[in-house]
Amino acid sequence: MARVKPPLFLARAPYRRRRLRDAARLLPVVGLFLLLVPLLWTPKAEVSLSSADVIYFFAVWLILIGLAAAFAPGLRADEQQPEEEED
Amino acid sequence: MTLHVLLIEDEPNIAEAMRFILSREGWRVSHLAQGTEVLERVRADRPDLLILDLMLPGMSGLEILAALRADPETRALPVMMLTARGRDRELAEQAGADRFISKPFSNAEIVAEVRALVGR
Amino acid sequence: MPFNLLVAACLLYVIFLFTVAFLVERRALIGRLGWLRSPLVYTLSLSIYCTAWTFYGAVGYAARSGLEFLTIYFGPTLVFVGWWWLLRKLVRIGRQYRVTSIADLISSRFGKSNTLGVIVTLIAVVAATPYIALQLQSVVLSFGVFASAAPDGQAPLDAGSTAIWVAVGLALFTILFGTRNLDAKEQHHGIVTAIAVEAVVKLVALLAVGAFVVWGIAGGVSDIIARIDAAHLNAWQVQPGRWTGLIFLSAVAVITLPRMFQVMVVENDDEGHLARASWAFPLYLMLMSLFIVPIAVVGLERMPAGSNPDMFVLTLPLAEGQGSLAMLAFLGGFSSATSMVIVESIALATMISNHIVIPLWLRWHPTAGAGDDLRVVVLRARRIAIAAVLALGYGYYHVSGGSAALAAIGLIAFLGVAQVLPALIGGLFWRGATRVGAMCGLVTGFAVWAFASFLPSFGPGAALSEAVFQQGLFGLSWLRPHALFGTEAMDPLTHALFWSMTLNTAAFCLGSLLTFPGPVERLQGAAFVNVFDGGAGPQRWARGQAEPEALLTMAQRILGEEAALTLFQSAARDQGKEGFLPDPTPAFLDTLEARLSGSVGAATAHAMISQLVGRAMVTVEDLMAVASESAQIMEYSAQLEAREAELTRTAGALREANEKLTQLSIQKDAFLSQISHELRTPMTSIRAFSEILTEGDLPPDMVAKYGKIIHDEAKRLTRLLDDLLDLSVLENGTVQLNLEMANLQQMIDTALTAARQTRPERSFVIHRDLPSEQIYLKTDADRLTQVFINLISNARKYCDAENPELRIAVRQRAGRVMIDFIDNGSGIPKESQALIFEKFARLTDANRAGGAGLGLAICREVMTNLGGSIAYLPGQGGAAFRVTVPLRLEKAAA
Repeated sequence: MARVKPPLFLARAPYRRRRLRDAARLLPVVGLFLLLVPLLWTPKAEVSLSSADVIYFFAVWLILIGLAAAFAPGLRADEQQPEEEED
Repeated sequence: MTLHVLLIEDEPNIAEAMRFILSREGWRVSHLAQGTEVLERVRADRPDLLILDLMLPGMSGLEILAALRADPETRALPVMMLTARGRDRELAEQAGADRFISKPFSNAEIVAEVRALVGR
Repeated sequence: MPFNLLVAACLLYVIFLFTVAFLVERRALIGRLGWLRSPLVYTLSLSIYCTAWTFYGAVGYAARSGLEFLTIYFGPTLVFVGWWWLLRKLVRIGRQYRVTSIADLISSRFGKSNTLGVIVTLIAVVAATPYIALQLQSVVLSFGVFASAAPDGQAPLDAGSTAIWVAVGLALFTILFGTRNLDAKEQHHGIVTAIAVEAVVKLVALLAVGAFVVWGIAGGVSDIIARIDAAHLNAWQVQPGRWTGLIFLSAVAVITLPRMFQVMVVENDDEGHLARASWAFPLYLMLMSLFIVPIAVVGLERMPAGSNPDMFVLTLPLAEGQGSLAMLAFLGGFSSATSMVIVESIALATMISNHIVIPLWLRWHPTAGAGDDLRVVVLRARRIAIAAVLALGYGYYHVSGGSAALAAIGLIAFLGVAQVLPALIGGLFWRGATRVGAMCGLVTGFAVWAFASFLPSFGPGAALSEAVFQQGLFGLSWLRPHALFGTEAMDPLTHALFWSMTLNTAAFCLGSLLTFPGPVERLQGAAFVNVFDGGAGPQRWARGQAEPEALLTMAQRILGEEAALTLFQSAARDQGKEGFLPDPTPAFLDTLEARLSGSVGAATAHAMISQLVGRAMVTVEDLMAVASESAQIMEYSAQLEAREAELTRTAGALREANEKLTQLSIQKDAFLSQISHELRTPMTSIRAFSEILTEGDLPPDMVAKYGKIIHDEAKRLTRLLDDLLDLSVLENGTVQLNLEMANLQQMIDTALTAARQTRPERSFVIHRDLPSEQIYLKTDADRLTQVFINLISNARKYCDAENPELRIAVRQRAGRVMIDFIDNGSGIPKESQALIFEKFARLTDANRAGGAGLGLAICREVMTNLGGSIAYLPGQGGAAFRVTVPLRLEKAAA
């Protein structure tokens, strides 16, 4: 589809909006990484559950929720805007 | 031979009145209430005179008249047209009506016109 | 605690839910949902992810396998915080194409293929059955806990009968609220709100038990941490493969579970809600799991060895003598089970009816007339499907004996529905994905899942023989259910997950690469993948030859009379036309198809429209032509199109107005000449017969006969003059209205009696719905009755059916009352429909029973004066007129 060539550089506001989207896309990846890291800690398979593990996971969980909550309003406002190029 | 009049009129009361008036003169009157079978009837019965209402269900009086005039067999048939609308005289005469009477009419007028038309 | 009290609490709770659902439905009906459509309700409704499996099972899971239970919530958390990737697209597509279920989405994406819909439906039903059984089992178990705790020698609880009662009760509730109406978009506000309430109940219950455990039994947070460390809870056997696999599996399940799809996509009112849910739903999940470990630890510590850790949430408070807390926990578990079962069975019933029952029914009744209402069939199919789904769940429970641990069944169900994922993701992001590919993937995945996970779950020797487990299928050692291709290193679940997803994806990709998609597939592919690019894409229909009236008849069968008429009327208005019949333009056909698919699914809607339109579908060549053309003019066309649409509308309106004016001017001439004709005709008879009478010498019977003719014709003249006068007064708006409260039913009664004088020899069958007529109108009763008399007389005069029938239907909406008069004759031809309300517009003279052709013109003027309207309703199978009056006519409006 022939479209007008998009401008190469963006103004500040749209630029921020795009980086916000990038951050939102990264979030689950970061989350997955943080949830898989403990696999590398346990040296042996037969380790009993320690409270530190529990606290770690819930902390990661809370951070993810917090970040998502911080991103959501900006992304939502983004949706009201006409869609720009997808990147 | 008695004069045979074919009457085409959709209003039953008017048809009844015409039949009474014409029969009283000693003429034979047959009647049709629709325009659709007129042509066949004319060819079969060979009436001496056709009295034709202008507004008919099925086929309008003008259409019937045009069809009659187009057929060499019935071209000469005397036709008297009846209408309830004032402004149809020209249309009727163009189509080839011999006489034109607008409703309401007087009984004597009808009888006189019929006599004049068939020359009796 | 007395067992009866428990049953009473359950009943009270269900009645409470009933009331909530009912009130919300009522509010939805009058369009005042307000905060009920908030992101909060949306988020809470998503909580049906947490079933009884979470409520009871998570503690058991933690007691058995440590932190592994968390994976079940990490997956959804990642999916939701990453909503920008996938969920956003899913919800957008769901809203834009009015998707009714996940089966509908897949079938719609791959060229509206119903075969795919059937496959997905079957997978969903098979996978959901054990899951529903699991919910029944949990309710039965929790009843059992109370029953065994009851010391007063109650009759031992029969688990089987409890399960039956629960299943029947849930089926009734779901049928009552899930199939009340065939919604345009398949939304059930009542149910969703009830689910949200249940979400709160189960969260509060679990938090209360947790708080009691941490601060009531243990000595606060630091103490509980110490206890966790001391408990040496079963090692959380970190097998990296299983840990990762479970996160992946739960992430997939939250997207593909039919019930999740139902609340997340189908019931979504506003895309903005998703943004809120992106963090609020993970927060809910986190709160649900917050106290799981403490409860498990304390439970293991306190409860006697061998007690079922799945029931700690109940047994702990009971053992500590906290009866009311246990009751709350019981209700929480009950909530979790019921909400899951209700939504799951609605989602499955929608799939079953849309993809299996309706296509079959349409095949058997291809030419069903307007008479039989397809909606009735759809609703009945849904009800039966709901009952069947629950019966299946109960059957599974009965057969399996409810012995397996809760978690295992849940994971097997997850893996079953996960098989939809490759087709779903491929369909949403890869235009090259084809129908055949999707079919290959789904069938392969389903087969592997069934062989490696589902059938073995019944135990060795049940579904699969011992020999198959040991030596493999047909004695082939590489076909052992738990060691496909000799891979013995993984545990059974990871093994099944790995092989089913790998083979599924491979088959899907291979099938897609090797086949060539049809035009509808390509269109749908482009539309779904590029859903954010705006615009609906190229038209799906070439200009059809469909009769608008036939389309309307079909639409009424599915959407219902009211909705269909409204849709057609607004489409006609957009085209600048009056009345109910728009031109069957491609755009209109698209709109219509979208609406229909909201009720019966894309595949069926498409098939039904193609049946009427004939071969008007676009071909690949058409597509190419459109694409290359549009590439060039894309820049300008958007603006131009908008302007052109506006112009077309105006031009259409002008053309129609002009035509009407021309016709009116012709009619005005015709009117005068008609009046002349109508007056002269009776005059002629009067004059002729009065002359005959004047001449005398007639027999007396002839005199009497002719006198009567004169009398009749004079009356006819008077009537005509009255009508003309009436019409002129009405048209000038100088009529005096006599406003009063009047009963509609009495008016119709009066009209029916009065109209009986017209052609009294005909016997009419009248269909009425008397209760609906019990309406008090503030209006001019005499005038309105006059209109009714006219319409009924017209039906008596002109209805040409052998056994004439007249249906009078009354409906009330938004302060207006609509009264429809529908006969079963041949109706009024389309070209005459616009003219019948004009003066002297008698259609044929064949049936002129003495009228002058002023009746409907007078009706129209009367209705205008009464602040209402009268219109011809096309497509009702006969002549049909709709009279609309305001419920309360005020003086000022008169």
